[in-house]
Amino acid sequence: MRHVISLLIENESGALSRVSGLFSARGYNIESLTVAPTEDASMSRMTIVTSGSDEIIEQITKQLNKLVEVVKVVDISEAAHIERELMLIKVRATGKDREEVKRTADIFRARIIDVTDASYVVELTGNQAKLDAFVGAIDPALILETVRSGVCGVGRGDRVLKL
Amino acid sequence: MVLTGAEIVIRCLQEEKVEYVFGYPGGAVLYLYDALFQQEEVRHVLVRHEQAAVHAADGYARSTQKVGVALVTSGPGATNAVTGIATAYCDSIPLVIISGQVPTAAIGQDAFQEVDTVGITRPCVKHNFLVRDVRDIASTIKKAFYLAKTGRPGPVLVDIPKDITIAKCDFEYPKEISMRSYNPVVRGHQGQIKKAVQLLLEAKRPMIYTGGGVVLADAAEQLTRLTRLLGYPVTNTLMGLGGYPASDRQFLGMPGMHGTYEANMSMHYCDVLLAVGARFDDRVIGNPAHFAEEPRKIIHVDIDPSSISKRVKVDVPIVGDVKEVLDEMIRQLEAGAARPNADHLATWWKQIEEWRGRNCMAYKNSDEIIKPQFVVQKLWEVTGGNAIVTSDVGQHQMWAAQYYHFEQPRRWLNSGGLGTMGVGLPYAMGAQLAHPDTHVACITGEASIQMNIQELSTCKQFRLPIKICNLNNRYLGMVRQWQQIFHGARYSESYMDSLPDFAKLAASYGHVGIRVDRPCDVEDALREAFVKHKNELVFLDFQVDQTENVYPMVQGGKGLTEMILSAEDL
Repeated sequence: MRHVISLLIENESGALSRVSGLFSARGYNIESLTVAPTEDASMSRMTIVTSGSDEIIEQITKQLNKLVEVVKVVDISEAAHIERELMLIKVRATGKDREEVKRTADIFRARIIDVTDASYVVELTGNQAKLDAFVGAIDPALILETVRSGVCGVGRGDRVLKL
Repeated sequence: MVLTGAEIVIRCLQEEKVEYVFGYPGGAVLYLYDALFQQEEVRHVLVRHEQAAVHAADGYARSTQKVGVALVTSGPGATNAVTGIATAYCDSIPLVIISGQVPTAAIGQDAFQEVDTVGITRPCVKHNFLVRDVRDIASTIKKAFYLAKTGRPGPVLVDIPKDITIAKCDFEYPKEISMRSYNPVVRGHQGQIKKAVQLLLEAKRPMIYTGGGVVLADAAEQLTRLTRLLGYPVTNTLMGLGGYPASDRQFLGMPGMHGTYEANMSMHYCDVLLAVGARFDDRVIGNPAHFAEEPRKIIHVDIDPSSISKRVKVDVPIVGDVKEVLDEMIRQLEAGAARPNADHLATWWKQIEEWRGRNCMAYKNSDEIIKPQFVVQKLWEVTGGNAIVTSDVGQHQMWAAQYYHFEQPRRWLNSGGLGTMGVGLPYAMGAQLAHPDTHVACITGEASIQMNIQELSTCKQFRLPIKICNLNNRYLGMVRQWQQIFHGARYSESYMDSLPDFAKLAASYGHVGIRVDRPCDVEDALREAFVKHKNELVFLDFQVDQTENVYPMVQGGKGLTEMILSAEDL
């Protein structure tokens, strides 16, 4: 089953490779991994999307907790939570496609953030399914490139991951 | 006080009361060696290969409960150390390894003797550091020692670029350390311990199974008290031998692949299993699916939460320091009036004695040819069971574990997790330095000993009176055994040809070498080694039966009850 694991980790060089190395060494899946410093610059927050049986997810959280630089680990997908991912997609926009892409972007509440006479860059935020749906709605022949940030997640309401 | 980085490193080691550093100099650590030279508190042991430096520090740590320290140079110094580090990591041994690194400005430039030591060692250390500022040396080394010995112990590496060892700053050794990301649990959960004690008292067929965690936590005394208080059977894994006195009636021997019939049957058919500082390793429980077929409640005490419910599902997990948890169990038992049901226990013991009656460790001795088991048995007799015994990896390791009966912890040093051939001699060096007045014997084979035989030179330099018992069967014995049983007796590359004359080899290093060919000479040779040549290293080269196999045996992938007890079962 798919799980979203959030963790706080010391913002030190090599910390990311300790996490990614753990996943590869023990054969765990990583669907996506995002990391950036928090409001406290000495600490980073990482969101890892992974999948596995309950036993494997239990081992993943235990093994992550065992890393000396990891401060806290939460499986935010265990309860109500929000996920968002950012996508930038560059599409060919000429002739009648120009209008069609614009219309589709509007329907998805995406924004066009770069325009040339032959292309648009569309920015879209949402959960993975929404981003997938947008990609599906665009004629594949028009897509020049896509870049996705990977999932960021946060628990709803009182569920706070903080030191 | 303003000191250079190199001086700070050595001062830190002094502050940590380090007796011995095992190491090998090189370009990147020249300033560290210069600082070592100018003091006398920390003594340096010059090995002949960096792998042995780490193993020797490891042997020192295993035999003392202290942190072992190794010092190596950059590049090949560090890569040679990796096997030693991984060996310690697999058995949770507290070590601090200091490695030199090329100067900060040269890092990433493919400099001479540059390697990404932190990257290479990352998967086999508890933690590692690259020091980038001389002002961080003292706090980093303090952290390294703290991390190495607390929680689940393990090796910690500190990589120090050469320019950092010349840079200067004010030195002050931190008194305490606190890390927000590292707070190992020490006290077990009271409610869980209560539940465990309740479950133990209600058991009809109880079993206590303990591993290296009992030795590491210095909890042998607690284990013995608890086991005797309950009157339950107990088994110690390969890593846990000495955790409970082997001569005691409640002790069933070692479990697992080459464990006793009674220990394995009791593990399998018990209804409540108390696992302490053990991790249900594949060499201990065999096939986990087969193990799970028999219903039983499992209580698991371990300092490392990730060891719990990893290979088998546990009913009562208790995360905490083994010593503290066992103390609390004893306290609760003694405070309460409830005692185990004597009738159930008597029935259970009757069954166990029946299993024990199979006498699975019996072997056919011979007047013609030396049986390896016989050598270990005689060694045990001659040393009164009081030696520190190290081993390498293979058949001789199993025979040592089976036939040398350990009464105390920290007397049996071997590579259980990684299974590293070549550890025996350097382990013995570390142990002998730490215990100059104790007999140290290295039970090895002609293949393993050659993996670090260069250390005979170190032993001469430091006058280490180790007794090497080479069970020489001219084969990679365990490989040969598996080839015989599983590969149609096709002995692919397992014959050891062109062996040296070990007695002469030892003599050439300035030691005593004795070759023993006949069973009737075994005891005399051992006495000669331990009495006449008490203060010298003696290399005893026993020519043993080439065809002897280790029994009992649970084949890989089989269940604990599916044992081969002797050659007749094949």
